[in-house]
Amino acid sequence: MKKRTIRIYYVLIISFLLVILFFLFIKIFNENLLFYRSPSEISQTEFPPGYVFRIGGVVVNNSLIISKKTTDIQFYITDFEKKILVKYSGILPDLFREGQGVVIRGKLLSDGSFLAEEVLAKHDETYMPPEVSESLKINKKQLEETSKSIVK
Amino acid sequence: MINELSYIGYFFLILAMLNSFLLISSKTILYKININTAGLISLTSRMHFPILLLSFLCLIYSFLIDDFSVKYISDNSNSALPYFYKVSAVWAGHEGSMLLWCLILSFWMFLVSKSSESLDKEFRENFLSIMGFLNFGFLLFLIFTSDPFEKNLSVPIDGRDLNPLLQDFGLIVHPPMLYMGYVGLSVVFSFAVTCCIHKEFKKEWATWLRPWLLLSWSFLTLGIALGSWWAYYELGWGGWWFWDPVENASFMPWLMSTALVHSLIMTEQKNIFKNWTILLAIFAFSLSLLGTFLVRSGILVSVHSFANDPTRGIFILIFLGLIIGVSLLLYSLNADKIKDNQSFDLISKESFFLINNILLVTATFTVLLGTIYPLILDIFGLEKISVGTPYYNLTFLPIMIPLIILAGVIPTLRFDNNSNLKNIAINFIFIALTSLVFILIFSIINLYVMLGLFLFFWITINLFIHLFKNLSWMHIGNRFKQNIGMYFAHIGLAIFTLGATIVESNKIEKELIMKTGDTIKVNKYTFEFEKFFREDGPNYESLKGKFNVFKDGKLISVLNPEKRLYFSNQSGMPMTEAGIQPGLSRDLYVSLGNLVDDNSWSVRIYYKPLVRLVWLGALIMVLGALLSIYFQINRNKKRRTT
Repeated sequence: MKKRTIRIYYVLIISFLLVILFFLFIKIFNENLLFYRSPSEISQTEFPPGYVFRIGGVVVNNSLIISKKTTDIQFYITDFEKKILVKYSGILPDLFREGQGVVIRGKLLSDGSFLAEEVLAKHDETYMPPEVSESLKINKKQLEETSKSIVK
Repeated sequence: MINELSYIGYFFLILAMLNSFLLISSKTILYKININTAGLISLTSRMHFPILLLSFLCLIYSFLIDDFSVKYISDNSNSALPYFYKVSAVWAGHEGSMLLWCLILSFWMFLVSKSSESLDKEFRENFLSIMGFLNFGFLLFLIFTSDPFEKNLSVPIDGRDLNPLLQDFGLIVHPPMLYMGYVGLSVVFSFAVTCCIHKEFKKEWATWLRPWLLLSWSFLTLGIALGSWWAYYELGWGGWWFWDPVENASFMPWLMSTALVHSLIMTEQKNIFKNWTILLAIFAFSLSLLGTFLVRSGILVSVHSFANDPTRGIFILIFLGLIIGVSLLLYSLNADKIKDNQSFDLISKESFFLINNILLVTATFTVLLGTIYPLILDIFGLEKISVGTPYYNLTFLPIMIPLIILAGVIPTLRFDNNSNLKNIAINFIFIALTSLVFILIFSIINLYVMLGLFLFFWITINLFIHLFKNLSWMHIGNRFKQNIGMYFAHIGLAIFTLGATIVESNKIEKELIMKTGDTIKVNKYTFEFEKFFREDGPNYESLKGKFNVFKDGKLISVLNPEKRLYFSNQSGMPMTEAGIQPGLSRDLYVSLGNLVDDNSWSVRIYYKPLVRLVWLGALIMVLGALLSIYFQINRNKKRRTT
């Protein structure tokens, strides 16, 4: 074979491999995206069982129940339209508070509650996760008043 | 008089801006009117650093004397803060950290100006002018959007205090180290752009550039390692890497500059990859600017991002676009004139270097995609998504495996022939057997641990065999000195790999409720929660737990995890301080969750085998880079004297 034909074969093989790698990559990428849904969006959509995604909202006041024997915890979060029960087993972050915004990763259980794998409350105490503040069904000013009344 | 210091600091900032303006105008405007610009460029590029240093000292002093008339100080400090935190608070917020950024940028320019006499005169002047342009741009940003000396309208009685998460030793040193690395890449970047202007990349220029690149790479490595160490003990979750966008922002320039370190070796030794090296240099600095933009603009919310002021984000974005745009334009116009003089075989050391580079660049882009794709979707309002650890585990780690394998092979190859492929096969069998023996002795069943162990032996044994073989016929001379840094750096990588795989596969993490008096057994260790008690610090009150740790019935350690409440914290948000007993073979880690009952707490108890190797590996890599720098500078000196 001529040198040139060999080179063409090389190029073909390498580009074929690259295309396969690229598709694998896109597949992995798509499978590992975590989507965000608010509590009222959850009631409108169907999810495949075991589908992991993130939800967010404000922790409903006086809804936090902490077990004294195990690390089981449950609480409600709301976007001021719908609320959803969240079950979690583990230790909550320092910044977790009733009346504050949280983002939670986990999956929907068959009874309609949400099983949390991870509860995120970020580093800043005055901070409302942007996903949460945008998906809330009331505007910012209302929110401030509501959270004040919740905290009180 | 003392309160005037903040005005003096501001005055120095303006002076520095004028100085850098003079620097960039010497090459662009002043030379047309027959002014001797050579002396002017040398002078202004050296003056910049002392001026900014004075300004920086003014800010430090104002912090120390609690000058709360300055807004930045009243926002980030408090009279009860210990003095060393008052100093580190200087770079705890946006304005001060930008001043530190500018100071470090000027420091690099100062060093370059001092030690670039050996370069061609014309080249050197252009080089310093481009650095001057970067200095000028960031100073404009500092003065017009983030002035650290801005005054308060009314002087508060006390400051709001430093974020308690930042009141820590790790955070005193982490930002300056990371900035030294980030900003150090500006030297390499300016150099690459100057090469584009001169349409040339001489071999001896590459030799000159190498220590600079290695130095900034070392700082970057150190900065990232410090950040990871801080997150490990301060955030109370015991993880050392989270694939958080903020971490990725520092990791991307690291990966890119690691690729650059390797391609520069090719440019220096074989006079090839010139174009590629220039492009990598542009990318590396662009990524460190992108990191700054992501972290500082408030797009990402974290402990690093401060008040969200949109003008800042827009300014950095425009500056970023300008720098990347102009440099890439210059590159595309001139790259074809910078030619490689040699070609190389398909199977050769050179092509392995190329594969190394392709892998590192691919790895950078997988991280980049995972970091900015969610942001882009969000900006266009399409969908709110996040990309988590599983994505990186599936895309990033598979790229690392061949890369680590290459790190064990390439050093043993020689440029002139490829006859030692047979040796590689023999070594492979030997190393596989060694790993197998270890797997059997420790009865390892976890696949990742097996892989980690194999990769560790692959690098270390290959390198040691190579080292001893060469020692016999090679007088400990130049080859050894040239390679010793590389040996260290690659063995550092091996140690890191071993630590990372083992701690992630064999760690034990328990979260439970413990009453005082309760015990729990984790691995071979028994943890006893004896009591908790109150013990206050200088500016916080603290509840401490006392955990006794027993092994084989003997007390080996007492751990005191804490819950702190800082006085200045109005909302009563507690901070967690973990209790850690560090050890080379394992860490024992206890942190308090919350008080559930009168005398029971939710508690995290972690057993982390070999986690220290993660940071030790990084330190050894840095040591390797420093050795390389030392020997290269020595060599250059000798060459000049003979």
